Amino acid sequence: MTNDMTWSPLLGRLSLDAIPLHEPILVATFAVVALGGLALLGALTYYRLWRYLWTDWFTSVDHKKIGVMYMVLGLVMFLRGFADALLMRVQQAVAFNGNDGFLPAHHYDQVFTAHGVIMIFFVAMPFVTGLMNFVVPLQIGARDVSFPFLNNFSFWMTASGAVLVMASLFVGEFAQTGWLAYPPLSGLAYSPGVGVDYYIWALQIAGVGTTLSGINLIATIVKLRAPGMTLMRMPVFVWTALCTNVLIVASFPVLTAVLAMLSLDRYVGTDFFSNDFGGSPMMYVNLIWIWGHPEVYILVLPIFGVFSEVTATFSGKRLFGYTSMVYATVAITILSYIVWLHHFFTMGSGASVNSFFGITTMVISIPTGAKMFNWLFTMYRGRIRYELPMMWTVAFMLTFVIGGMTGVMLAVPPADFVLHNSLFLIAHFHNVIIGGVVFGTFAAINYWWPKAFGFKLDAFWGKVSFWCWVPGFWLAFAPLYVMGLMGVTRRMRVFDDASLQPWFIVAALGAGLIACGIGAMLVQFAVSISRRDTLRDETGDPWGGRTLEWATSSPPPDYNFAFTPVIHSIDAWDDMKRVGVAAPREGFRAIAMPKNTGAGVILSGIATVFGFAMVWHIWWLAGAGFAALLLTAIAHTFNTDRSTHIPADVVARTEAACARQRALAEGA
Amino acid sequence: MCADPSSSPRRLLRTAQAASLVPLAAALSGCDWVVLNPAGDVARQQANLVLVSTALMLAIIVPVMALTVLFAWRYRAANTAATYDPEWHHSTRIELVIWTAPLAIILALGSITWVATHALDPWRPLARLDAQHGFAADALPIEVDVVALDWKWLFIYPDQNIASVNELVLPEGRQVRFRITSSTVMNSFYVPALAGQIYAMPGMETKLHAVFNRTGSFSGLSANFSGAGFSHMHFAARSVTPGAFDTWVAGVRQAGAGLDRATYLSLDRPSEHVPVLHYANVAPDLFDAVVNMCVRPGKLCAGEMAAIDARGGMGRTGLLNVAALTYDRAGHEQVTPTTAGFADARLRRFVRDWCGNTRPLRATVAGDVATSFNAAPAAHPFS
Amino acid sequence: MRLSAFSSLQPGALTAQYYDLDEHDHPEGASTLFGFWLYLMSDCLIFAMLFAAYGVLGGNYAAGPGPKDLFELPLVALNTAMLLFSSITYGFAMIAMQRGRTAGVQGWLVVTALFGAAFLAIELHEFSNLIADGATPQRSAFLSAFFTLVGTHGLHVTFGLIWLGTLLVQLAKHGLTDAMRRRLFCLSMFWHFLDVVWVGVFTFVYLMGTLR
Repeated sequence: MTNDMTWSPLLGRLSLDAIPLHEPILVATFAVVALGGLALLGALTYYRLWRYLWTDWFTSVDHKKIGVMYMVLGLVMFLRGFADALLMRVQQAVAFNGNDGFLPAHHYDQVFTAHGVIMIFFVAMPFVTGLMNFVVPLQIGARDVSFPFLNNFSFWMTASGAVLVMASLFVGEFAQTGWLAYPPLSGLAYSPGVGVDYYIWALQIAGVGTTLSGINLIATIVKLRAPGMTLMRMPVFVWTALCTNVLIVASFPVLTAVLAMLSLDRYVGTDFFSNDFGGSPMMYVNLIWIWGHPEVYILVLPIFGVFSEVTATFSGKRLFGYTSMVYATVAITILSYIVWLHHFFTMGSGASVNSFFGITTMVISIPTGAKMFNWLFTMYRGRIRYELPMMWTVAFMLTFVIGGMTGVMLAVPPADFVLHNSLFLIAHFHNVIIGGVVFGTFAAINYWWPKAFGFKLDAFWGKVSFWCWVPGFWLAFAPLYVMGLMGVTRRMRVFDDASLQPWFIVAALGAGLIACGIGAMLVQFAVSISRRDTLRDETGDPWGGRTLEWATSSPPPDYNFAFTPVIHSIDAWDDMKRVGVAAPREGFRAIAMPKNTGAGVILSGIATVFGFAMVWHIWWLAGAGFAALLLTAIAHTFNTDRSTHIPADVVARTEAACARQRALAEGA
Repeated sequence: MCADPSSSPRRLLRTAQAASLVPLAAALSGCDWVVLNPAGDVARQQANLVLVSTALMLAIIVPVMALTVLFAWRYRAANTAATYDPEWHHSTRIELVIWTAPLAIILALGSITWVATHALDPWRPLARLDAQHGFAADALPIEVDVVALDWKWLFIYPDQNIASVNELVLPEGRQVRFRITSSTVMNSFYVPALAGQIYAMPGMETKLHAVFNRTGSFSGLSANFSGAGFSHMHFAARSVTPGAFDTWVAGVRQAGAGLDRATYLSLDRPSEHVPVLHYANVAPDLFDAVVNMCVRPGKLCAGEMAAIDARGGMGRTGLLNVAALTYDRAGHEQVTPTTAGFADARLRRFVRDWCGNTRPLRATVAGDVATSFNAAPAAHPFS
Repeated sequence: MRLSAFSSLQPGALTAQYYDLDEHDHPEGASTLFGFWLYLMSDCLIFAMLFAAYGVLGGNYAAGPGPKDLFELPLVALNTAMLLFSSITYGFAMIAMQRGRTAGVQGWLVVTALFGAAFLAIELHEFSNLIADGATPQRSAFLSAFFTLVGTHGLHVTFGLIWLGTLLVQLAKHGLTDAMRRRLFCLSMFWHFLDVVWVGVFTFVYLMGTLR
């Protein structure tokens, strides 16, 4: 992609040159993806699954199905992001002694940018959003979220962003700027191609989905809690979800605004971040981290919630220090807004400013440390069952504290001067994101899978995955900590210093072990699905759970609860089990439920076209796309036929079947 | 990095070997953990901070990890001998400890941070040569002006009136004052053996004070990704005796070629794998012109622009003072007078200097500004 | 043991204590106003960022013109009056809605739309004058920030007008149903929110720019 890209009214900047036929790796990838995609489409057609997928999933406004779709999206993108990681590890393991490796700069720089963008926006975000979507309404005893259609729309907007990122792989290029696209490098002068434009529009479109989903879940938690569930009786996961969504709503608009300014600079020629007309690149760096630091807690807070639920359940105990856990969560939420400058101590702010942000950053470790102790003392005098979710939790506790420690080291500004942007930093944030968010997501998947599908995941392959992942993580990232202390910086494509090579080879082996872990996890899913009859959980409460999602059957009926539970204490379901409450067997009523709609799919499809047209400067298509977006949205508001009733006899039959099943299971 | 293995004590690595970390240890031990074993007092103090903060935090991390392992084992379901108390979920005493213990550590670390951040502020001239020695009262620091270019480093020695590319040579035991900027995008100037890094940003000047306490060959690099040639954007950083430094300076002076603005502009074009270059003399004010983004003749300097803006701008007259660099098909640069219309954003537009930027840059004061924009635009190189 | 106080109850009574047996469906749209308020807060944050950008860059004229050279305060004051009036007339529409008078609502909405359109027309006039003179968004960071902040507000007003038009059509179709009342209320919040933002723009950008 060069400066003299030609433009035509019909196709904008798009031409056959945009397809990277000269890059064998991309062509091979495309062939594999295309063949796999064709096979998938063929299979779907052969087994006549299209209608099922469309009516039962794509158009569904059921929070549980949307949650599952988020997880699937996250998983698919995880494979892509991890492929990028493998490319980097292999490139860095071979590019020594004048060997240029197999990735030219143009490709390598896209790979590390895409890896970061995908892992944060299209893996970690869908994972946590999916978990919150699935679990929160069940845990607060609600039938759905506040705005079910908006929920579907949000998911598809996120998917639309993912589609744009994937499209950049085969049509054009992705950004070569690093995942936060600092100007002036991301400005038109130094990034004239379509890469940064793909970046901007993918994030803007997905960002709409994220913000709306945040609003939706806040409204759900505030308005739809079951009677008796006061704020201080909410499960800790709901608390963390509430704080997370507050963070989303209060930080994603910042990202939207800063990316809008960047796109104006690129599309209109404004001077927000340019060097020559009074713009300020430093403003971009500040603004994007004002979003970026809360983003870290958006990812990790719900995961703290997961660990709280898992630890209490598998220790067979109430969570230790519920109140301090809640206050710690709220404290982290607030503090996360006043630490952003620690991402660029090296920009040269005065010592007092740097100290202030360094110390606020350290202060965050106090509530985080308190949380760690709370999990620890939940285990104390418990009866810990080492099922997979609990194994991931213990692995998290032992891994995350190290990441936390290196994080506090980086918060000391003069120490940051020698560690900033080094591989030490890379090791640190992978330590907290993999050790925290990824391990937590795996704990959550193993924990809630039986709730979502009615059968447990296979433990053997789960353990294989676990034992590949945990040592694999340390093997991959311990060398990076070490090399950071050798002054090796990030985003390097080739190295002159041959003595570093063994460390990179060890790191690549670690990545290989992680690949085995991912493979084992996929096998785990496949094996579990094929053996689902033996793994079936009839009780709806396979782990001896404590919160409301375990009070209903697995998978839960569309309406979640035939009668809304009334809450009398923390750990509502545990309370109900103790006093021996029997679920009502009669007196069922018809339940109003929202109707499925294809509007979300259509709107986000148009948004994808619009984004693509903007990337390639196909102005007529962008204009048409925008008009279509507006008209479709307006047309949707004319649709008043949005809800339906599940008749009382259907509810009665469903509940009777569940009760029979449960009785049989308990008798067995 | 492994620039100078001969002088590296390998205590840490011996520990690693003792733990028989990996069979690769032998191969790995060839390396120098330069961040923890630097050659400059500033980096030394920063490394000490890394170690002190690690030690402070290990005071709480180690017990937490030990307790995690202990509780995880002791309270496993199979161990029915262990106490099981499902109702136990609160203890004021424990709560007190789990909030105050991290708090105490953060109080200690926070205090250290406040003091160290001020003491090691890169803007601040050094107070000491090393832990034992101060500087002589009359010792002047050596000045080095650093410009990050795509993708190489330019070092200007204003007092010696020489410049070098991709080679930084400094006399041991003498304080260095770096003024740092970048010509295009953001970079980070980092010599791990000498001192922590600081960003190099276009249109801005950052400062760094440091000193080498021993001689040796080290490496410096850009620690902030800056585009396609980033991987090769490193340089040799040599610490030499004062005598050897003078010899080196004399050698550079022999180089013959000088660094005037035209040479700088051609050096400024993107290039990779640039070998070490020497310049015998340097155009006066070159570094200031780079910081002010006005090396190119006819471009208004940023400092002057800021002074004009501080007085309310140039009014509507100022709408006419825009020009753009354009490139023809052969890549030749042309300057086109233009108003700031809805132009192609790829044009390298800039604000023109009505008067030609010949005034000494540092002397840009309000009086000069007033005369420069009250005067009618005289014959302009591009008009 | 922390057994619940209800453990001594009969099983049937216990079930009644733990399940809402006499439940009615949640009224549709119960959280709409709250959700819309949350949206407005997120939108407010976008404006906050644009204000911040203006605060940072507003003095960087790049040796070009500043606010005093460009802004015509009387015109902007007229513009402000248009938007303020439109807020008042929207208020009258809401009063008519409370009284259940559909025709009144429609009438006041049309008046609101006219004021809104007048506001937009004056803003576009101002923009086109500036651009014709060469004071384009590309001239300086100050002008970039100015056009973006004011233009974003103008875009919001434009969407408000489209929304208002849609509601007029729906009002004619459905009458003052609960759903329509809710939608009118949301637009009302949106409209007044834009008014509040404009007060900020007028004060910080125009007044402080020209009078300073």
